[in-house]
Amino acid sequence: MTALPETTEMVDPVPGADAPHLPQRSQLVQLLTPEGERVEHPDYALEISDEELRDLYRDLVLVRRWDVEATALQRQGELGIWASLLGQEAAQVGAGRAMAASDMAFPTYREHGVAWTRGVDPLHVISLFRGVDNGGWDPVATGFNLYTVVIGAQTLHATGYAMGLQRDGAENATLAFLGDGATSQGEVNEAMIWAASFSAPVVFFCQNNQYAISVPLERQSRVPLYQRAAGFGFPGVRVDGNDVLAVLAVTRQALQAAREGQGPTFIEAFTYRMGAHTTSDDPTRYRLASELEEWKLRDPIARLKAHLSRQDKADAAFFDAVEREADELAERIRSGTVDMPDPDPASMFDTVYAEQTPWLAAQRDEFVAYRASFEEAGE
Amino acid sequence: MSTDTLTIGKALNLGLRKAMEDDAKVVLMGEDIGKLGGVFRITDGLQKDFGEARVVDTPLAEAGILGTAVGLAMRGYRPVCEIQFDGFVFPAYNQIVTQVAKMHARSKGRLPMPIVIRIPFGGGIGAVEHHSESPEAYFAHTAGLKVVAVSNPVDAYWGIQQAIAHPDPIVFLEPKRRYWEKAEVDTDATPDPLFASRVVRGGDDVTVLAYGPMVKTALQAAEAVAGEGRSLEVVDLRTVSPLDLEPVFESVRRTGRCVVVHEAPVTLGLGAEIAARVTEACFHSLEAPVLRVGGFDTPYPPSKLEEEYLPDLDRVLDAVDRAMEL
Repeated sequence: MTALPETTEMVDPVPGADAPHLPQRSQLVQLLTPEGERVEHPDYALEISDEELRDLYRDLVLVRRWDVEATALQRQGELGIWASLLGQEAAQVGAGRAMAASDMAFPTYREHGVAWTRGVDPLHVISLFRGVDNGGWDPVATGFNLYTVVIGAQTLHATGYAMGLQRDGAENATLAFLGDGATSQGEVNEAMIWAASFSAPVVFFCQNNQYAISVPLERQSRVPLYQRAAGFGFPGVRVDGNDVLAVLAVTRQALQAAREGQGPTFIEAFTYRMGAHTTSDDPTRYRLASELEEWKLRDPIARLKAHLSRQDKADAAFFDAVEREADELAERIRSGTVDMPDPDPASMFDTVYAEQTPWLAAQRDEFVAYRASFEEAGE
Repeated sequence: MSTDTLTIGKALNLGLRKAMEDDAKVVLMGEDIGKLGGVFRITDGLQKDFGEARVVDTPLAEAGILGTAVGLAMRGYRPVCEIQFDGFVFPAYNQIVTQVAKMHARSKGRLPMPIVIRIPFGGGIGAVEHHSESPEAYFAHTAGLKVVAVSNPVDAYWGIQQAIAHPDPIVFLEPKRRYWEKAEVDTDATPDPLFASRVVRGGDDVTVLAYGPMVKTALQAAEAVAGEGRSLEVVDLRTVSPLDLEPVFESVRRTGRCVVVHEAPVTLGLGAEIAARVTEACFHSLEAPVLRVGGFDTPYPPSKLEEEYLPDLDRVLDAVDRAMEL
């Protein structure tokens, strides 16, 4: 069976999770089954045109192609490392497309799919993993903060930014991304306390991909993650993270509630990391192959394609065109990566401070002169 | 000219008030800083006058204070975070070091972090563990931060305003045992730059360097030996990072001797860095090695022992004697 109607069989492996004292809302929010069948949910109606459905499909395919190309580039020595989002495309595209242009996202280091929806150039993300910079995009212009590598730190930034939105009277919200492992971090818990106390317009979007590198969810939590929200005093909801429509609907509703002053929501997007944690990781040491096979049947792209095809919402020409576009994107990423120039060595001194210090300026001058001495010597 | 006799604590309070009047984006955040006015009353009366959105009584979580300050700064605010005591800054250490300090460089200058982290620091008040520490070296060692340590009401009044107006994150260290020290403050004067050291007493025999609470101790030492015909030049460093050492080099080239004083443990403390730089810059003028007077390499002791731990006038003069004997 590939559908997820009875979620408890696989989503709550935690002993005691079904204990009577815990609120039981373990049913996933799902609007598109793994077979591509459109289903309704009483709390999350979604009006969506065929064109919007095709756009989402295009997003998913292009994002996956980017990811696959980046993994290949790492294997060929062009990137230092790559953190693959394989399997999490729907969670990220759905969340990203739920945002308004002037909302602000606070990603971890795996949100390439969200970056895509915010108009961030893939090469600006690639440059981070190539070691050229720490991300070349403009976080303010794109509404997409730079990647945060220290686990969970960005949830506080999202909350503080949301407090700023409140003070400005802005009708916007922030979307704080985190993973299942991050829910164990003190700072994430502090962020949720802050968000609740100040009723900040922030939505916590947790992609539960089942593993924090090698450590499974049951080491992070003895209750389903979305139930954590109740302890902080705001709603928690679990959504099928491989269903782009459900993620879109749930995130849209949570962001709207935040914008309207109803405070935070915790969304647990239930998904699976199909690839390794990063290209340095070996998941065969801690995962069963059968688990992977099971999740392949819930692929986020296959289900939307099945829906589009069976409902005659897209034809072969459309799918071919998307494939061609993906090929072009991959080629642009490949050539853009290989041709990417190394940074100016002296640039490392330049933006440490907004107002440069005499000491650092002197260090920079010495460094530049030192390097120049080799050039003068013709070495 | 408007001159008042102010304590360091009151000077900080007035400086904060002025900064909040000058810039509506200034937001104060911290534990107990609103209704209570802070455990040292530095923010006394500010919430009443500026409201709860600008003087925020936060949940009891230091990482939360600094982490949300990052988000507010990204949104264009100028957060001024109070850490209640020096030893409580460590829960926020991750946010300060990995986020506050690095955001400007990470973003290639697109995301400035005009955040001030106020910390009452140092010992001498008979407190329990974690209430008497001197953590400045951790922050001075971190690229992206600037660290200021004021010693008197004039610098407190102007320094806090200059720090808040500055575009980079600043750890602003307040000498808690000197909060009640008084001086005349001219609130119409033109202040000295924030990142500049200052010769506070001229002398010929030994250059004594100090910052924060130890400036008073160094001045007392200079006064004590003045009658004996020994003349100490005392420099208030005022800024710990970046260090402003040109006036120090000029002084040491005249005196040939240098003693650095701080409460923090000597090993890898600011004195170590200063000794290295003075030695590099003044090698041929030095008559003696640069000596350090500081706390021992122990945890800050229970308060019955703190007078033994803290550098005092006699320990400063002991180092001066040793420098003179060489």
